[in-house]
Amino acid sequence: MEMDWQPVWLTLKLATTTTLVLLILGTPVAWWLSRSKAWWKDIIGSLVALPLVLPPTVLGFYLLLMLGPNGPIGELTQSLGLGTLPFTFPGLVIGSVIYSLPFVVQPIRNAFEAMGERPMEVAATLRASPLERFFGIAIPLARPGFLTGSVLGFAHTVGEFGVVLMIGGNIPGETKVLSVAIYDHVETLEWEQAHWLAGGMLLFAFIVVYSMYLLEKRLRRSGR
Amino acid sequence: MSTIEVSLTKQLGDFHLDVSFKLPANGVIALFGRSGSGKTSLLRAIAGLIRPSNGVVKINGEIWQDEHQFIPTHQRPLGYVFQEASLFPHLSVRRNLEYGWRRIPKANRKIDFDSVVELLGIGPFIQRATHRLSGGERQRVAIARALLTSPRLLLMDEPLSALDHGAKRSILPYLENLNDELAIPSLYVSHDPNEVAHLADQMVVLEEGKVIATGPAANLLTQLDLPMAQFDDAAATLAGSVSAHDHTFHLTWISMDGGRVAVAREDLPVGRHARVRIQARDVSLSLKAHSDTSIINILPAIVVDTKEVNQTQMIVRLELFDGQTLLSRITRRSGLGLGLHEGMQLYAQVKSVALIG
Repeated sequence: MEMDWQPVWLTLKLATTTTLVLLILGTPVAWWLSRSKAWWKDIIGSLVALPLVLPPTVLGFYLLLMLGPNGPIGELTQSLGLGTLPFTFPGLVIGSVIYSLPFVVQPIRNAFEAMGERPMEVAATLRASPLERFFGIAIPLARPGFLTGSVLGFAHTVGEFGVVLMIGGNIPGETKVLSVAIYDHVETLEWEQAHWLAGGMLLFAFIVVYSMYLLEKRLRRSGR
Repeated sequence: MSTIEVSLTKQLGDFHLDVSFKLPANGVIALFGRSGSGKTSLLRAIAGLIRPSNGVVKINGEIWQDEHQFIPTHQRPLGYVFQEASLFPHLSVRRNLEYGWRRIPKANRKIDFDSVVELLGIGPFIQRATHRLSGGERQRVAIARALLTSPRLLLMDEPLSALDHGAKRSILPYLENLNDELAIPSLYVSHDPNEVAHLADQMVVLEEGKVIATGPAANLLTQLDLPMAQFDDAAATLAGSVSAHDHTFHLTWISMDGGRVAVAREDLPVGRHARVRIQARDVSLSLKAHSDTSIINILPAIVVDTKEVNQTQMIVRLELFDGQTLLSRITRRSGLGLGLHEGMQLYAQVKSVALIG
């Protein structure tokens, strides 16, 4: 049997990119959700959490419409000379970012909320500017939230299927990720390959969850 | 222009803070009041941690806030010690101390790092992680951390209240030291008259968000129209000096111009300045100077004011011959029996005296 590693690398690349994008975009959103007193805060909070309950196909369907040649974003990307995003790797990243958003934002938001106002106030009385407080105090204190968020966001992206199928399709090296490859192998009765990939995913999922437990335990013991 | 001028109003829920005072900025100024009187809100507003609807905060002529401007907290030259030490858990003790210190330009550092570490006895645990410190040690680090920003005003919000009795006693000497060693005026929030008597020179008395009195602490703590003199543990502070040691009976005499009192033997040099604290309920009154009594501290005094505390008891404000004030809590029945009236001369018999430094 010849093992096809391409879907594995593509999946890791997608998950890594998605996690990085989510950390950059999700952190300010999490901070705002943890501190804002705006009345529409809960509306934004619900929108962020929506992918938790929405079937991935629904999400994928709307993304396809939006990003497609006649959708508003599709028209924008076409006018910028970028073509359309569905069935491309960048399109897949956009879908994954939205799909995994709550898994990253929620733990970080919880960590920001748990630390309370006090450390930031103390830092202010010690002459730290708002930016110095955010990067020097808030982010280090929310470290457990960032770890949990990154691991969950990464793992959740690795496991996605519905969204990929809707907006990514099955293009080797571009959008054919692990979950789709497994589906493919089963369709074509290549049981052995399917076994290898599925077994690998199972092992990966277990290692992720187990190391999260260990990590959390260690963080708690270090007297956070 | 060494003054602290504060005038603030702020609506917080259904609590209305409306304070105004102007005091010379030296020594320790206690912000005193029971819980809910607005002390902490006032301190937070002075620090800029809450934004009053309108107000003026002027420290030594420097405007921190008025109708035109609001300097944010991190640009105010203040030090703030919170009720809980609030050390940064992700930094070691040393890094906590350096957090504010390294933000102060070298030219503006008036306080030496090593001497603050020594002053607060932090040296032995400076390399440790913060969660391995005791409550008292944590609070000492918090105080040092605030001092290292070379503040022009130190704000302390009941820094001892979260500590047990032992830790409290261990930290008080450091705080007293602070006032002697560093000339930084401080505002010290407290609801404990004893703590105020220990530390403060002046005080601002708050009640339900308003200032009801300002002035020298020793004076206000014994004023009968203010709540403090009516507390069960009301007491007066007398200043004098060590005059003699009695080796036979293991006593140390503290003398004032208005009389002398004995405390349990303390190893202090004769002539050293000393302050004693005398609880109102330990002072009884007599028309004659008795020698047939177990009480050895007998001070001649004049009645200046009286007030009923409840249906049984009354409080009497006395003046010693040197003008210092003493309180006595007696039953109304005794007061009537003695025929107490203002200007009356009598003898205060003091059962117990505590040396407070």
